[in-house]
Amino acid sequence: MAEFLQQLINGLSLGAIYGLIALGYTMVYGVLRFINFAHSDVFMVGAFGGFYLSKLLPIQALSAKVGGLASGDSSAQRLSLLLQWLACGIGTLLASMILCAVLGILIERLAYRPLRTRSKLTVLITAIGVSLLLENAGQFIFGPNPKRFPALFPETSYQLGRLVLSSNQIIVFVVTLVLLGALQFIVQRTKIGTAMRAVSFNPQAAALVGINNDVVISFTFGLGSALAAAGGILYSLNYPTIDPLMGILPGLKAFVAAVLGGIGNIPGAALGGLVLGVIEAFVNGSRFSTYTDAIAFGILILILLFRPAGILGRLQVEKV
Amino acid sequence: MGYRSHLILVAAILASFVVSLYSQYLNPYYLDVAINVGVNVILAVSLNLINGYTGQFSLGHAGFMSVGAYASAAVTMFLGPRWLGERTALLFFPALLVGGIVAALAGLAVGVPSLRLNGDYLAIVTLGFGEIIRVIFRNTDQTAQAIKRWTTEPGGWVGLKNWLKDTGWTKAILDDMEKLGGALGLQGIPAYANFFWTFGFAAVTIYVVTSLVNSTYGRSFIATHDDEVAASAMGVNTTKFKIIAFVVGAFFAGIAGGLYGHFKQSIDPRGFDFIKSIEIVVIVILGGMGNNLGVILSAILLTVLLEKLRDFGDYRMMLYSFLIIVIMLARPQGLFAWPLGRKDAAPKP
Repeated sequence: MAEFLQQLINGLSLGAIYGLIALGYTMVYGVLRFINFAHSDVFMVGAFGGFYLSKLLPIQALSAKVGGLASGDSSAQRLSLLLQWLACGIGTLLASMILCAVLGILIERLAYRPLRTRSKLTVLITAIGVSLLLENAGQFIFGPNPKRFPALFPETSYQLGRLVLSSNQIIVFVVTLVLLGALQFIVQRTKIGTAMRAVSFNPQAAALVGINNDVVISFTFGLGSALAAAGGILYSLNYPTIDPLMGILPGLKAFVAAVLGGIGNIPGAALGGLVLGVIEAFVNGSRFSTYTDAIAFGILILILLFRPAGILGRLQVEKV
Repeated sequence: MGYRSHLILVAAILASFVVSLYSQYLNPYYLDVAINVGVNVILAVSLNLINGYTGQFSLGHAGFMSVGAYASAAVTMFLGPRWLGERTALLFFPALLVGGIVAALAGLAVGVPSLRLNGDYLAIVTLGFGEIIRVIFRNTDQTAQAIKRWTTEPGGWVGLKNWLKDTGWTKAILDDMEKLGGALGLQGIPAYANFFWTFGFAAVTIYVVTSLVNSTYGRSFIATHDDEVAASAMGVNTTKFKIIAFVVGAFFAGIAGGLYGHFKQSIDPRGFDFIKSIEIVVIVILGGMGNNLGVILSAILLTVLLEKLRDFGDYRMMLYSFLIIVIMLARPQGLFAWPLGRKDAAPKP
């Protein structure tokens, strides 16, 4: 039972990251009806953004100080150091999210907008081109060798009975919950969120009631890319070697998660991510661990065979 | 069409045979590029049947290719020599056919569930299938070892264990599996693929796909692509045609895989990943979906382009991806979409 719960926790924390990336796929699909293949590389840029930004902030120094604290030091001192460290970590996270939001908006403006009236496949190929460009430019700029991602947040692990919960996992849960809450607020309560839902429902009708589709689409790309950046940093905290091709596999899995939950459906993407993460964790913990990817995709195929529109998606009947 | 297309096919096969006779006088580098072009033409034309003419978005073509590559390598390296007692180039043609047939069976396995799905969901299933194939080939050696270990364990399933352990051919298959797969790939495949086989099969692929689509029977592929609802209302069994497209496309992808393996002499599961599938899709879309001539030209162009860009060293892939974006922005209808082509073959918006 403890084993089961442990794998469940590991799976949920991995799934939360997949969910964050999947949200970007699903939101862009919602407003533009196409798969943004470059999203997985925005995720990579987010991780590298975190890597370089963290060098600007005194995270290493703080980490050394926290490590050097003797048990005799006052708890106020300790608390203030930890708070400084947390502030630096959150600062890095936010700065990288903003960076990627700008990148996402630029990609949409330069590569996708000129093709808005063309067939979706044309845009798809452009997206693949952008994805390859980001990967290869990344290898050129960041260098092809893997880099070690710094510990952005204080690292400890907690024992809960027989379960082990690492601080990184807690951070993943907290950050994901905060971001999902913020996203839910933006989409459901704000004017721009309402406009997003309107564009997703019917772009022509949205334009007729005075919504500027271009602004909404740019905003969607920015929002999705910011979430991907957060996902990239959280992923790198848990798997701390980063390289320019790191986005491919998590991106693919997140895409799968988005489809699993029903593409275009925001809660679906989060749910799909969690389901995929949990499945992967359980397979990883079993004797079939080398088959993880195959089993994850196999289950995906089975689910799609029984629910062709994904878990939360609704099958649209084609009207003649 | 009529008999003229048969004549063209025979002429193309003869021409590739004649060129092949004199191939030792050609610059080996050019020959190398030419064979790459041939393999890519087969892949692109066969994918064009699925993606272009039938309108099913498949992202798993590299998966079918790897099935063909491994199956044909298994025949020329293990199964053939076991039966005949020696390695011989005579095995190559049957090996390619076996590769194609096994890949076609895989295509059937993907095509049948695909009848419930369309659009992006189908793309995901084919993508997932390609990844599953890759993982399976990465692990065949460990799987074979695990089965062998299991047969020596005491307890349960004694009959099955003894059958696996003591029957000659089951043991042989396990031995072969151990050598075939694995993360390091398969080395030492005999170099049987030459200009003749590659371009002969490219000609056959183009002939089969073109004649199939242009026949009365094959109009149903285009009908399925153009409007599935209307096609089924007119009595076209769209499911059947989707499956046929998958099976035929996968067959030729398997042949291409066999040629590729016997040309490169080593195959590796990583060489057939999602990126390879994407590469083939890029060729098809740049050439113009459902336009065989355009697809052939773009297969030649992109393969040669990728070779030419080697001069740029580290910038090569950056330039390649940049060119793809620029080409798409400048000619979104595909590079070779001439007005005299089938106008209605354009993909649905």
